[in-house]
Amino acid sequence: METESAFPVVIAEKALHTLVCALQKAGYRVIGPILRDQAIVYDELDSVADLPQGWTDEQQPGSYRLKKRTDQALFGYTVGPHSWKKFLHPPHLRLWSVSRSGNEVRFSHDKTPIQKYAFLGVRSCELHAMAIQDKVFLQAGHEDAGYHQRRNDSFIIALNCGEAGGTCFCTSMKTGPQATSGFDLALTELLSADRHEFLVEISSQIGANLMHDVASREASAEDLATAANILARTAENMGRHLDTKGLKERLQDNPEHPRWDEVAARCLGCSNCTMVCPTCFCTSVEDTADLAGETAERWRRWDSCFNSEFSYIHGGSIRSSVKSRYRQWLTHKLAHWIDQFGSSGCVGCGRCISWCPTGIDITEEAAAIGSTAPPPEDTS
Amino acid sequence: MLPRFLPVQRRIRETADVLSLIAEPPEGEKLPVFLPGQFNMLYAFGVGEVPISISGDPGERGRLVHTIRDVGAVSHALLQLKRNEPLGIRGPFGKPWPLDQARGADILLIAGGIGLAPLRPVIYHLLAQRHSYGRIALLYGARSPADLLYHRELERWRRVPDFQVRVTVDHAGRDWLGDVGVVTRLLPKINLDPADTVVMLCGPEIMIRFSTQALLDMGMNTQQLYVSMERNMQCATGSCGHCQFGPHFICKDGPVFRYDRVEALLKRDEI
Ligand SMILES: Cc1cc2nc3c(=O)[nH]c(=O)nc-3n(C[C@H](O)[C@H](O)[C@H](O)COP(=O)(O)OP(=O)(O)OC[C@H]3O[C@@H](n4cnc5c(N)ncnc54)[C@H](O)[C@@H]3O)c2cc1C
Repeated sequence: METESAFPVVIAEKALHTLVCALQKAGYRVIGPILRDQAIVYDELDSVADLPQGWTDEQQPGSYRLKKRTDQALFGYTVGPHSWKKFLHPPHLRLWSVSRSGNEVRFSHDKTPIQKYAFLGVRSCELHAMAIQDKVFLQAGHEDAGYHQRRNDSFIIALNCGEAGGTCFCTSMKTGPQATSGFDLALTELLSADRHEFLVEISSQIGANLMHDVASREASAEDLATAANILARTAENMGRHLDTKGLKERLQDNPEHPRWDEVAARCLGCSNCTMVCPTCFCTSVEDTADLAGETAERWRRWDSCFNSEFSYIHGGSIRSSVKSRYRQWLTHKLAHWIDQFGSSGCVGCGRCISWCPTGIDITEEAAAIGSTAPPPEDTS
Repeated sequence: MLPRFLPVQRRIRETADVLSLIAEPPEGEKLPVFLPGQFNMLYAFGVGEVPISISGDPGERGRLVHTIRDVGAVSHALLQLKRNEPLGIRGPFGKPWPLDQARGADILLIAGGIGLAPLRPVIYHLLAQRHSYGRIALLYGARSPADLLYHRELERWRRVPDFQVRVTVDHAGRDWLGDVGVVTRLLPKINLDPADTVVMLCGPEIMIRFSTQALLDMGMNTQQLYVSMERNMQCATGSCGHCQFGPHFICKDGPVFRYDRVEALLKRDEI
């Protein structure tokens, strides 16, 4: 993505259709929000008609519900259980296959054509999540070539959030609600009784080229002000808040805080939070062979630090208690991540809160650690 | 990152459940340089891949040596490899022992069980560059005399003047003339300058815990001690997440750590 920027333009709601068609014609698989199994998930769109128009979601700890809106907004909801990582960092991926004849070993080349994705409706928190995963998979000297290719090939249409969800806290994490970088185009939905349009910011050459075919007009000062108001209102309506000041130290200094026991009593160790998290990156590999032992494959699969086998070494699991696994997850996400990759691993999207079957709230747990005096240091 | 396959040249039985595998590249191909303390990911065809330290001589460029204990599916499959069969190798990975920083100082190596394997390249290096270091000593503990690795070499090292080698076992029969008990019991028998010694430890975590404590009690400080850590590892490149130890990825920030960087973590369970 280049940083060349053009003046923002305004397009009619119907023009979104033209944009999606142009992307499809350019060879992209267009992925966006669709309604399935009573949730808004990300999957391939045939057309704009697949978007969950007129729907919204209500989210609270341990709860996610869809509701009809009174208007026809195309993006009038927040984030669901899916994140874009399922496309960039697939849940189950063959890394290589190899065949053997006698003592000769040969890798076979994967002939599956590379898929180019266009992501429609990427929230600011999600752009930050992608940038965070980039740091994991594009480490100098240890680059994940497949990830790099998928990421470079993808076209990103960001969406400035017009709604804040009940579990959202991007303002606390400084990751939203406004998309500021990492996209080709960014949309703001402008919807009122007498208009349904999108403000479009263009920030790459590919984006500008695509927009050539889409009917648009230059944005007026009023359009820009309306969009700014929408973002300001979203920012004011965050359902959650997390105080990040001193949080890293509070977590790293309190591995024996009594709160870890309390949260462990509620945590089922189910790993939902890590599966829905847009930054959690952990995987395991599985090596398999055919019965004759002539061909073998290596697959990589999402894993979770909540699984007891995750920390298995000969002799047993290092983290056998749920307490230690929750502590690992939270401390990694909000503290160690900063040491490892230079930023928090949390973007404030709230998914882990909504999709926790027992409603554990990361903002509440993080605030509790270190808020009361820790127990006296044991010197044994 | 794809493994490279090298034929196994030799298998050396070390104990009932430990073998060293020696792999050599085909004519004209080179092996990557490795530093003592680094490890490779070894792949057994279709079975799996595990981290194994390089246990050979870093000065010997033509062969790659690993010493493997048979503890489970993958290590067992690796040890079934016969001469000329292909061994999958990715690496080398990880931060090495601090041999450069330790120049001029006395060196104490403390190994427990299979932990002698990643320290053997250090011994080769010290003996090859004997004049660059002060006094050198090895304390090695194993479960029983039958579990001692590198028997012949241990005998040879014992005869090297100016290399203090002490071996102890947890239990032994009457024919064992050496020490019995934990390695720390041997510390008073070693002649080193505690103020100017670098210690390198590798062994079970419990051994690391009590040995470091004993060394600190002798007046050493945490920055003189280096430990090698073990955790589950799948990628060895800092992206599978398994080997995290507090803020560290053991595969790339370790496995060798200066003790002050991991002391607080080692004192907690289940980190
Ligand atoms: C840096 C480093 C250096 C090492 N150097 C040496 C060395 O020089 N020599 C040596 O002998 N050993 C060494 N080890 C230890 C060695 O890696 C282990 O002994 C080896 O991984 C055992 O694998 P296994 O399959 O044979 O045994 P197992 O104990 O059966 O399995 C261990 C591995 O298999 C997988 N696994 C097994 N069971 C499960 C389960 N129930 N659920 C999920 N996963 C499972 C895990 O990935 C685990 O890592 C080293 C380890 C590290 C980290």
